[in-house]
Amino acid sequence: MHPLFTRNRLGLYLLAWVPLVATSMYGLVSRGSLDWFRAAVLTVPVYLLYAFLCLSAWYPCRATPLGKVSFVRLLLTHLTAAVFFSFVWTRASDAYAYAILRPEELAALTRQFLPQVNAIFTVGVLLYLLSVAFHYVLIAMEDSRRAEAQAAEALILARDAELKALKAQINPHFLFNSLNSISALTSIDPGRAREMCVLLGEFLRLTLGLGEKTVVHFSEELDLLQKYLAIEKIRFGERLKTQEAIQEDSKACLLPPLLLQPLMENAIRHGIANLLEGGEVRLTAERQNGHLEILVENSWDPDAPPRRSSGMGLRNVKQRLEARYGKEAALHVMAEGDLFQVRLSIPLESEEKA
Amino acid sequence: MSVSAKKRWRALIVDDEELARHMIRELLQPHSEIEVAAECANGFDAVKAVAEHKPDLIFLDVQMPKLTGFDVLELIGDDVSVIFVTAYDQYAMRAFEVHAVDYLLKPIGRQRFEDALERAKSRLGEKMPSAQKLADSARPPQQFLERVVVKDGTRVTLIPIAKLDYVEAQDDYVALASQGKKHLKQQTIASLEACLDPNCFVRIHRSYIVNLERVARIEPYGKDSRLAILSDGARLPVSRTGYARLQSLLDERK
Repeated sequence: MHPLFTRNRLGLYLLAWVPLVATSMYGLVSRGSLDWFRAAVLTVPVYLLYAFLCLSAWYPCRATPLGKVSFVRLLLTHLTAAVFFSFVWTRASDAYAYAILRPEELAALTRQFLPQVNAIFTVGVLLYLLSVAFHYVLIAMEDSRRAEAQAAEALILARDAELKALKAQINPHFLFNSLNSISALTSIDPGRAREMCVLLGEFLRLTLGLGEKTVVHFSEELDLLQKYLAIEKIRFGERLKTQEAIQEDSKACLLPPLLLQPLMENAIRHGIANLLEGGEVRLTAERQNGHLEILVENSWDPDAPPRRSSGMGLRNVKQRLEARYGKEAALHVMAEGDLFQVRLSIPLESEEKA
Repeated sequence: MSVSAKKRWRALIVDDEELARHMIRELLQPHSEIEVAAECANGFDAVKAVAEHKPDLIFLDVQMPKLTGFDVLELIGDDVSVIFVTAYDQYAMRAFEVHAVDYLLKPIGRQRFEDALERAKSRLGEKMPSAQKLADSARPPQQFLERVVVKDGTRVTLIPIAKLDYVEAQDDYVALASQGKKHLKQQTIASLEACLDPNCFVRIHRSYIVNLERVARIEPYGKDSRLAILSDGARLPVSRTGYARLQSLLDERK
């Protein structure tokens, strides 16, 4: 749709033609060819026609966007259109004049305009070209408005994703089960109940705190993971075994916050929790070839039906990695026998860049 | 007082977390009329314990490894009072509400526990809603069955849907053919059909549902009917409407 086809915009556009109509009418009246009324009857429809013909410039303008096609093609396109429309307009105006004017008016007019026929045609061409310029401005304005809207939308989407990530972090299932464990412990072992309360509190505080940053040290994320695992160990008891092999150098590396916790949660929810006898979760981290290499491994039951929301966490991690590092980072998922592996490779960042 | 007030109740606690089982045991402490016959850490043990102890009441966790609480209910039948326990599962909770099944949310509060227990007692002898209906309404929308559980005596078998070759109706039962074996299950073929992904399973006959992946070819057989030859050589009758369904699905896949 043409962007001017709303009542307000069209009105403004037509208003811009009024001075032209008035000048032409004055020209006719002052030479004594026509009186004011007859001049209006002649000029208003003629210019109204051209006003609309000029609107059609929008289509070639859109088809030949500035800066994307050669100047020659641009010139050729619009000149051709200008000549064509000006021709149509002058012919149509002629025919209209013949149809409505009395013979003596026509004679006066012909006397006045015959020497200027070429000039009128040129005016038509120029008016059309003016309209072309006007449309380019219009298109640029629309484009910038659209770009703005898109940027705003992208921002909202990014925020949304962040919020979702945060929400997913504090999984309700985990929270309610932990509370139930605490509740049970209060009578069996009040000391451990308190310990678990503290762990849970620290875990939540860390999650909220880390979530506000754009990048954290691996050691901070590790701290969160250890709290998380400690809580889950109380819940699962003997069924959850953990192992860690963390290279000391890796702890200073930077990475987006709360990236690993969902992986750990997957390992437990989709791995250990599906095994009658439980299993082991292993975390390995080291610096290698300019990357921080992280490996999360867990035992799992390959026959277990995929639980709903499975894969959500992984997809989220993947998206966040891509958004920040592009092709520099990698995430590989491998399921072999009863071992499930997620391998992360994150390019090393210097502190300043963050 | 009524007889039931003096009756001793046998209860089963089924939860894969030890602390959660302990919690329920503790909540049951003031109730001398209830005796905990057994605690089970998974669904398989639960099915066995039900056969062994014939409990009146079961506290059944929904999320457990391999067999969920719904699977367990399906396997033990509907003439036992079940109080479901869950931490957070919006679909399961909705299903419990719809079918008026008692359930407890973790962490479990004393009052809520007492209420559920009272209700369960008053329902003594009433049948539970069918486990299949319950499980169906607890499945998130647009999701189909991922595996079928069947019981042979106290042996429980899980058949992943991908390994199901075909289903044959036999009166009130269905025979599930998987990897050369047939497993009987008490269910109607129509209710099973409703839980299967219609893009993978086709009702080719009043009494047969076939896994599309297994169909090797279709052969004409008599007037108006055909035979589906499966990749393992099994031959299943295909009715005229069944053939039309099969064809439209195969066309879609092309």
